[in-house]
Parts: sequence; structure tokens; C-alpha cells
Amino acid sequence: MTTAEFLKAITESTGVSGYEKLVRGIVQEQFSAYCDEIRVDPMGSVWGIKRGTVGGRRIMLAGHMDEIGLIVKKIDRHVIRFTSVGGFDDRILPGQPVWVHGKTTMPGVIGMRPPHLMTEEERGKVIARDDLFIDVGLTEEQMADHVRVGDLITLRRGYVELKNGLAASKAMDDRAGVASIFECLQSLQGLHHQWDVYAVATVQEETGLRGAMTSAHGVQPDAAIAIDVTFARTPDTPEIGTVETDKGPGIARGPNIHPAIFEGLVETAKKLEIPYQTEAIPGRSGTDAWAIQVSRQGVPTGLLGLPLRYMHTPSETLALRDVERCGRLMAHFIAGLDESIIGRFRPSLPQE
Amino acid sequence: MKDTLKRLTEAFGPSGSEAQVRDLIREEISGLADNVTEDALGNLVAVKKGSGRRVMLAAHMDEIGLIISYIDEKGFLRFGTIGGVGTLGLLGTRVRFADGTVGVIGMEKQDDRSKVPDRASMYIDIGARNRDEVHLRVGDVACLDRPFVDGGSRVMAKAMDDRAGCAVLIEAMRRLDDCPHEVHFAFTTQEEVGLRGATTCAYCVEPEVAIALDVTMTGDTPKAPMNAVSLGQGAAIKVRDGGMLSHPAIKDLMVRRAEENGIPYQLEVLEGGTTDARVMQTSRSGIPTGVISVPCRYVHTPSEMIEMADAEACVNLVTALLVNDISL
Amino acid sequence: MEISFLQELSEARGPSGFEGEVRDLLARRLRGTVDDLSADTIGNLIAFRKGSGASPLRVMVSAHMDEVGLMIVGAESSGFLRFRAIGGIDPRVLVAKRVLVGKDRIPGILGVKPVHLTEASERRNVIKIEQLYIDMGAKNKEEALAAAPVGEFATFDTPFSYLEGHELGDHPHGRVAGKAFDDRVGCFVLASILDQEYPFDLYGVFTVQEEVGLRGAQVAAHAVFPDLAFALEGTVCDDSPKEDDLSPTTALGRGPAITIADASVISDRRLVDLLIDTAVAEGIPYQIKQPNIGGTDAGAIHLSREGVPSVALAVPSRYIHSPESVLDLTDLENTIKLLRAALGRLPSTWNTRQDQGRNQ
Repeated sequence: MTTAEFLKAITESTGVSGYEKLVRGIVQEQFSAYCDEIRVDPMGSVWGIKRGTVGGRRIMLAGHMDEIGLIVKKIDRHVIRFTSVGGFDDRILPGQPVWVHGKTTMPGVIGMRPPHLMTEEERGKVIARDDLFIDVGLTEEQMADHVRVGDLITLRRGYVELKNGLAASKAMDDRAGVASIFECLQSLQGLHHQWDVYAVATVQEETGLRGAMTSAHGVQPDAAIAIDVTFARTPDTPEIGTVETDKGPGIARGPNIHPAIFEGLVETAKKLEIPYQTEAIPGRSGTDAWAIQVSRQGVPTGLLGLPLRYMHTPSETLALRDVERCGRLMAHFIAGLDESIIGRFRPSLPQE
Repeated sequence: MKDTLKRLTEAFGPSGSEAQVRDLIREEISGLADNVTEDALGNLVAVKKGSGRRVMLAAHMDEIGLIISYIDEKGFLRFGTIGGVGTLGLLGTRVRFADGTVGVIGMEKQDDRSKVPDRASMYIDIGARNRDEVHLRVGDVACLDRPFVDGGSRVMAKAMDDRAGCAVLIEAMRRLDDCPHEVHFAFTTQEEVGLRGATTCAYCVEPEVAIALDVTMTGDTPKAPMNAVSLGQGAAIKVRDGGMLSHPAIKDLMVRRAEENGIPYQLEVLEGGTTDARVMQTSRSGIPTGVISVPCRYVHTPSEMIEMADAEACVNLVTALLVNDISL
Repeated sequence: MEISFLQELSEARGPSGFEGEVRDLLARRLRGTVDDLSADTIGNLIAFRKGSGASPLRVMVSAHMDEVGLMIVGAESSGFLRFRAIGGIDPRVLVAKRVLVGKDRIPGILGVKPVHLTEASERRNVIKIEQLYIDMGAKNKEEALAAAPVGEFATFDTPFSYLEGHELGDHPHGRVAGKAFDDRVGCFVLASILDQEYPFDLYGVFTVQEEVGLRGAQVAAHAVFPDLAFALEGTVCDDSPKEDDLSPTTALGRGPAITIADASVISDRRLVDLLIDTAVAEGIPYQIKQPNIGGTDAGAIHLSREGVPSVALAVPSRYIHSPESVLDLTDLENTIKLLRAALGRLPSTWNTRQDQGRNQ
């Protein structure tokens, strides 16, 4: 399977935070082709372990495989009232096609009252989430047999390729990160690497970095890189704080990032002539890197960002080349790791 | 169970000052466990030994409360809150300090009566004539003061959150015999200020499976926030809340045990709020975690209401889980 | 008390994630005084002082090295730098201040439109951090980013100053002004108390990244695994004249501030009582910090592993998180005295039972 095929397969699969079972199956199967061992930890994160030539040292790569979704809050006669798992802009919801994962997986649509029947004033307002509902076509009598409180709902949108190597799908955040790890594992086949690689597809990032926190505790890595999506520039975003699509991954700097990892990634990118963009993050990065950095006695951590347009919508859009660049960058960074970087992880103290 | 619940809810125990509740629970569970310990943050853990799974059940002992921030010359006490105390219900409420001192909450003149008063405009009056008559100090804490009311099938009290959960655990301990698992009944501290006791307690216990017992809000009152949980409809099996998602296999196991044993239950999807389960789930390398909730109206007010039959269903669900195989 | 060292600490530059200069300063100071000095991978400096052996305890005392600061996030084509805050900064204190950019201390001005060109209505609006910029004199974007690349830090340019009426010497008193008293004053206290032996093993931990989420303390506490901990702070002091002065938080000159509860921790009551009892016995003034305000490294430390009984002790400081904070040297001296005495009185048996002390 190519990285693009893998990305299509996992983005079209299902895995709302806490319920990553289906997408996990694909990741397990595809990672196993390039890893020596596959494990699933207690929270459900997948570890693909690829042994190095020396071993003993571990680098953890983390991309999250969970996606945002909706969940049944109440059965209200013949419709479903819902809330979200992860952060949605409620304005994208009216008219959105969805899958309702009840007794069976059923297509549904997010409905609202016809605007024709609303007053001018009502039409000027954002529709509150509790005024929206999902219609799966069942009658009130049939509902109880098919849908229960707590059933999950996902966006019903497939993968589509756009011009110039761009692609759009739901759940690019952060299955694209998982795909870049897949790309990295493939690249590593042709490289020698001393360190053991723990390629981790984490769970529950969208509900508080919960899979990364627990996986990092279990893996106990010597260093880590998290791969997540980052904001790509569009006509409605500010220039400061965004990056450009198809200009290479963002390499993050700031308190969340160990300077030796930042510098190592930059050097590797320059050496391989992989384009990259520097991202400054003054505090909380909001990614798995934030949780991994403070695991146990601390983990030197880096963060790579895949430029992504329209985050947390059913059409998250990115350049496939950026995914490939990100994976190749990590692979060569890993191939360059030896004992010398360990000394650079602890700041040297003045001796006099 | 009702008598236990009355004693528990009337005890004093804002977050960080749980000693009275802890002592009371020690008495209630005396002889019911193989081992009882207390840790650095004041969590009380009672262990029933077994050769099966190591299971942690947690209910928090602490309740919301007030903390003195300033004592003025005339003897009025200004206060901050411990945990999420709504301002709306405070005026005229009585509060009680650890030494039994009772005060009433008063308020400065309000210029705009259409607004919810600001907590900063409120104070506690303990009947002191001046500062010298106040024997309390900045940093002393109070609980809301309200006796337990037995309405028959429905009861109300302060601190039902989460003494109801504590009562369920105690009752389960009483009824449990022949449990194959190593069960750690944890009565935790400081839940209301950030799930702090459970954080260190779960690290200590290192369970294979964890379950929190707490109250949950209902959607069955006039124009309540939309929520499918109702009083009297049985134990609530949590799917998610504002802080965590239950492990699907534990949620499914709970549903199965409830159905096998004819225990009334309802599924819970809560948008805000969370429980000790949030931090137990991410302890160390991660612990499969679920939550059983006692449906409760008027959470975080001095009169939290539950239905005894729901608490009974929670006890039955806990024991049904514990006496059977727990494989996920 | 060597106040010149406080000056060096205050003038050293180290926003969260960039604490190197402060760490080096402390390491040079403590080398030879302590039994071991090491740094961990996140950048904490851990100074170990072996105990006499009389007590089996392992005690951690922490103070954070980092300060709030700025991070460069880009530049305009005209050469002005754009930035965001590292840690909590009220943008209202930034307008028309001076900063030093990067390790090379490049001077920069936080520029603002002349008052003449502003509308009356405009002057009532808070200037947002997104609107502010740093002028280093760079002519264009390339020159600006060559000197201060994206991700570079900047700090307040604040020389330390002695205010009227101060006196130095063995018992300095009076007031001083400077940046970063939160928490370089804690670092000063910690460095001071490490000069003697205690009955127990003492880990003096100078932490990083407190201002962005108590992150250094979290990993240090996991590594040190102490029996109990003290977090030292330069804390909020809001004692300016107000109509109803119900909330000074702490007051300058009234002694060390003991935390019973803040937003991050409910202090262990035994440690609170130890500090209060010590202060009373030794005749050291003290104050109780008003509850629920702010957070400290104790918030992370007490939740480490199986739990660590912890308390926060602070030197009151006015105007923290601004370019100029003010503290009282007498408070500083009393904080050192109180901590030394309290550590000396610390019982050597310390069971885990949390006796709630006065509150129960």
C-alpha cells in the first residue's frame, strides 16, 4: 500500500476518540509490514516497534489516529439529539451528512428547521447545537431498536484528490500524521538506524492528549517526535501563526521543544534539501508533544506540523508531498541518531 | 444504606479537610476489609483480597465549600470558594466550620437587582461583634450547612456529591462476599478542586481496571439542559462526560451485567463536568476505566436530591460486576 | 545577604524554555557549596546537599528559574518584529517599554503610535498583543529575521534598582525594583539555604517552565521522588490603596507569605503548621496568602507519583509579570530565616497520615 492509499484508507475509516477500534485495525496491519513487533497498549494506542542496529535507545514517534465526532445525547421522538467529542465549530453542522454507528452503521443527515419558516431575526443567528438534530429516516417506534444514548456519529465524507497533489478528507487531523509515520517506516527500510523506533498511533488526542500521555509512560522513550497538523494559510487566516501548504512540514520551536531535536531536524532538512517552515510556539502546543515532554522524568521532544487547511471540518485539505517530506525527514533524522545526541540533551553546566 | 448516607452527608469535609468523613468511613467499614491504609494526600483505601483482577473503585469524600480570605474589623468574613460553588444559591445559606461554628451568608446592597450578585459582594456573618471575637483565621474552611431530609423514596442533603458514591461503595462492601478479585475501595480526597486525590491514589494502587462512583446531573426537571438521565430510572452507566470517555468494553460489560441481573440502568452522556475516572484512566500507562453514576438533581447546591432506588441499583451493579469475571 | 546576587539573578534573562543564563549563574554560584550539581533534559538544575544522616527524609525545595517573556513569531516587510507572550503577560504593561531580543541582547522598542495621531475613542481601547511590535531598527523583514529568527525570545530590559531608604549590609532593608522577582527571589532564597547541612538529604531544584504550566517541577518531582516539598515563590502582592482593601493577596513588609490553598494546591496542613509554629517560636513575621490566587510548582509536585505533601512559601512582590516589580528586602531576609528554621525543626519521622491540624 502506498502512503496515499494508506491515508485514504485510514481517513475513510472510523475512529472517534475513545472508539478507535476500526482504524486501529488498519494501522496494525499496515505497520506490521515494516515493524518487528506490534503492540496495543491499555488505552488502545498502537505501537509499531522497529528494532535498531544497536538498540537500547528508543525514539517514539506519535501521531494520533482518533478523530473528532458526535455522540447521541438523547433520542427525541424520531430524531437524534447530539453533542460532540472534540471541538467543532457548530456553524459547519447544518446539512452535514453523517454516519450513525448504532446497532448498524446508518447514514443520516444533520437537520434543522427550514429557514423559510424562520423570522428575519432568527435567520441572522447561528443555530444552537440543541436546535440541530440527526435524521436517519426511522420512525419514533423504530428508533429504540436501532439507536441508543452514547452511540457514536462520524462525518460522512470520503477522500478526494484535488489539483496539484492536494487531497481532502475528514480526519486528516491527524491520520495524515499517522501516514507520515507510515512513510517514515518505509523510508527506514533502506536506511541503517541504531536506535529502536516506536511508531505510535495514539488515541484520544482530541479529548486531552490522553493516549500520548499514557503511551509515553509505557514506551519510556529517550526522545520523541510528535506529528500533528498545523494551520495552513487561507484567505481568511492571519499571516502570523500560519504556514503555507506544500512548502514542507513545520518544525516547531519553543518551551515544548527540546532545542537539540529542533536543531537536529533542521540540519537533516537542510542536508536532504527538504523544504521546511519554522513555527514558534510560546507555550502549550496543544499536541501530543505537550503530554510526552513531561512524561516520567521528562522526554526531549520535537514537533512536526503538516500544513492543513479547514481543520476540524469534513474536508481537511493538505498537500500529499508534505506528508511524504515529513516522513522522509523523520527517517533520516532517526538514521542519524547515535549516543552523541544524548550528551546534548542535558545542558552542560559551567565548571568553575 | 439510608442511615449511612445521612451520617456521611452531614459530616464536614470540604476538599483538603476530609478528616471527619474519613474517620466516619473508617468506622463504617470496620471489619469489612483485609487492609485499610491512608496515603500522603489523605485518600483512604480499603482492600479486599482476591486472586482475580486488581480493581479500583473510587468515590470522593470531599465536598464543595468556602474558604476565608479576609476578616474585616467588624468581624465579617470574606470568602473564596473550594470547588464549583454557584453564587446564585448562596445568599441566606448557612455555613459550618470544622469546629462547629455556624455562619450565615449576607450581601452588600445591590444597585442592579436584575443581575446575579457578585460573590465578592457577599460575606459570612458568624455573629461576631468585631474582629477580636472571630476565633477563625484566613484559610479556615466551611461547608454548606443543611441537614439530611428523608422524603421516603427520594432524599436530599448537602454533599450528596459524592457521599452518595461513598455510601454505595460501603454498602457494596457490606454485601460482597465471595468476590474473586482484589478490590481496592478508594475513598478519595480533593476531587472538587481537580481530581487530585485520585491522581496519586491510582498511581499507588496501580489497578488493572478502575471504576468511579459519582453523582451525575439529570435532564428531568423543568426546562433542564438536554440530558437523557432521569431520577428513578436506575444506575447511570457513563458513556462520556466533559473530561473522559469510558472504556467501551467496560461500559458494555456494565450494560451486560445490569441486563443479566435485572438491574435498572440508563446510559449517560454528560456534556460538562467530570469525575475521578478522568485521572484514573490516564494513570501510568493507562487503565481501562468506567463510571457508575447516581442520578442527582441540583448538584453543587446545599440540597442535592437522589432517589434511593437508584443508589440501590448502583450497589447491585457494583456487586454484579465484582462477583463475576471481568474480562474486557 | 548579598543583594548584588539578587541583582544578577533579576538581570539574568530566561523566559520559559530559555533558562540557560539563569541556570549558569546559579551553577557557578553553587559549585563547591553543594555535594552534587546536575541538569536534567528539560533543563532543571538540581543541587543536592547530603544530610547528616540524622533524618531518613528526602526533602525537595524548588524555585523556578523562568520568567514571563516574549517570543518572536514573524516580521513585517518593514522590519518590525511580531511577537507573542511566553507565560501570562497583560498586554497593557507592554506598550512603550524596552526589551532585549535574543542571547545577543539586541535592544528593541515596543513602539506605539504617537498620541497626537490617536482618536479619543481609540485611546480607551486596550492595545492587543497582536497589534504590538518590536522595533530593533531593522530596515526590512530579512534583516529583522536574521537578527531575531522565528522562535527567538525577548525579555524586559530592566536594570535592577534600589529604591529610596534602602540599606545594605548584613541585614539589608528597604525596597528594590527589578524584573523577574517572580521567581528569581525564590531562587535567591533557595541558593541561600543550600549553604548549610541539614539532618536530611536536601534537593534544591531550580525548575524551568513554571510559567507555561509547572512543567519542569513535574518531571523533577518524578525524578527526585521526595517525601515532602517546599515551593518558593515571588508572589502576588496587591496592597495598593483601594476603597475596600479586602484583597491585598499579600502585603509588602509583613513577612513571608504562607499558602494554605491556591488554584494549584491545597497545602499539606502539617507543613503549613510547621511554618506558622516556627514563625511564632522564632518571632519572625508571617502572613497567610489569601486563598485561591495563582498557582505554584507545588501544584505539580504534590501530585507526583503516590503524592508528595507540599507547601508554598513566598516573598511578596508587587507588580509581578510586569517590567518592574518591587519587593522588600526585610521580607526576603525573613523568608530565608523562616525556611532555615522550619527545615531545622522538621520532624524526622513523617508518616503519611495527613493530620488536618487546626482545621479539624
